[in-house]
Amino acid sequence: MVAKTIAGKTVEVNEEGFMTNPNEWTEDIAVEIAKEEGIPELTADHWKIIHFCRQSAGTSGKAPTLRQITTGTGISTKELFTLFPKGPAKKVARIAGLGKPEGCV
Amino acid sequence: MKKLVILGAGTAGTIVANRFKRVMDLDEWQITLVDPDPIHYYQPGFLFIPFGMYTKKEVIKPKRDYISAPLTLIQSAVEEVDPAQRLVRLANKQTLSYDYLIIATGTDIHPEETPGMAEQEWGKSIHSFYTLETSLKLNQMLHNWEGGRLVVNVVENPIKCPVAPLEFIMLADWHFHKHGKRDRVEIIYATPLSGAFTKPVASRMLGELLERKNILVEPDFMIERVEPDARKIVSYDEREIEYDLLVTIPLNKGAEFIARSGLGNELNYVPVDQYTLRSKAYDNIFVLGDASDAPASKAGATAHFSIDLFTENFLRYVEGHELKPYFDGHANCFIETGFGKGLMIDFNYEQEPLPGRYPLPGIGPLTLLEESEFNHWGKLMFRWMYWHLLLKGMEVPLPSEMSMSGKRLV
Repeated sequence: MVAKTIAGKTVEVNEEGFMTNPNEWTEDIAVEIAKEEGIPELTADHWKIIHFCRQSAGTSGKAPTLRQITTGTGISTKELFTLFPKGPAKKVARIAGLGKPEGCV
Repeated sequence: MKKLVILGAGTAGTIVANRFKRVMDLDEWQITLVDPDPIHYYQPGFLFIPFGMYTKKEVIKPKRDYISAPLTLIQSAVEEVDPAQRLVRLANKQTLSYDYLIIATGTDIHPEETPGMAEQEWGKSIHSFYTLETSLKLNQMLHNWEGGRLVVNVVENPIKCPVAPLEFIMLADWHFHKHGKRDRVEIIYATPLSGAFTKPVASRMLGELLERKNILVEPDFMIERVEPDARKIVSYDEREIEYDLLVTIPLNKGAEFIARSGLGNELNYVPVDQYTLRSKAYDNIFVLGDASDAPASKAGATAHFSIDLFTENFLRYVEGHELKPYFDGHANCFIETGFGKGLMIDFNYEQEPLPGRYPLPGIGPLTLLEESEFNHWGKLMFRWMYWHLLLKGMEVPLPSEMSMSGKRLV
């Protein structure tokens, strides 16, 4: 684990760049990480998904899977891939300040 | 008389019923199992059928051989569970009441969920090996196949037996070598994961193994559709992979009645406490084997380890004691790597698979994350243990909780 300054705030991240404490997250941090992930601007649809993921993780303790996001938001998988290209579940989790989704065991 | 109903008489349902038969007072308990299929399948054997290593006969037996009086087996599908009334309605119009319910209806493949998959080319250029029927079909196909590009694709996780796709690929590599066609076959593994396997150390070691065998991995491949006439699979981010033969591990889902009864999550798995396997919603419903959402491997070994300590925990519970958080997510899997060898992994919720020796630290005889001929023979011998010990609820000489001794931190 290393400390990293994002949007003027120092937070802990793991070796893959995922924040380790979701409580340190702010919307400004999300904007910065999104840029690192190649998303220059977060639209209303992006935010809808980010907020859903944070809410879902708040209840279950872990980042939701792709299927949980599509079921929970009504946004199709295809759209998710347009909004968060390549591996949307992983990307949203990182932007939303959550751990990497487990997906499978 | 207390009533225990077990839905599903597969690996988990049969083992737990026979354990109960040994330890419960059956003058006080009535145990009823429900399953629509009269056949019990040795599912690990499906992997070997496409390559002619096992026959149909070796992987099926009548369920009646394993479930006998005073256990009752009703052959029917389940229509619906009504947890408020403690009732199960069956497709044969019977209604069962219960004091305790165990759901052990597993998980199944759903090729119809991926556009283009289960259409005109299903069973022709598109195959699977997750059911007896599909593995027998694939056997015929491979027998006559002249070569070309074989693409193995996992649609979405979680799947039953997460190592099976890798084993299939390595056995296929061996099969084509043996028949002198490996130079005419290209093998690609398209997976939604970022590497060969889920956990870092095993993923790296298995990834290297695939590379040595000249198998190409296409990571982060989330399939959107199959184009059966063009013979290609297309991902959500518009990558295309052409194939001559597609072997798919279709979407896995739990039983439909779980959705109809309002008991499931988005994939029809029942949410449970992962340490006690009790339903989060109802305190008299337990879920064993693949049917729950516990983040453990969906595999027979996991079902077996989870049941080892379940019976006594359950008996204490019905007498009014608290449930112990007993299950550590322990899984261990033989992984066939071809050429008469295999490796093994042993892990749980917390601990990822590591190299070492199993079950005796330092001695083995099984090697963890390292190929050996003994592991391959272990896997083949396991079929005997399954039919003769495991299903009958007898003790198998393997510890049910995972141990760190014998494992090397890397």
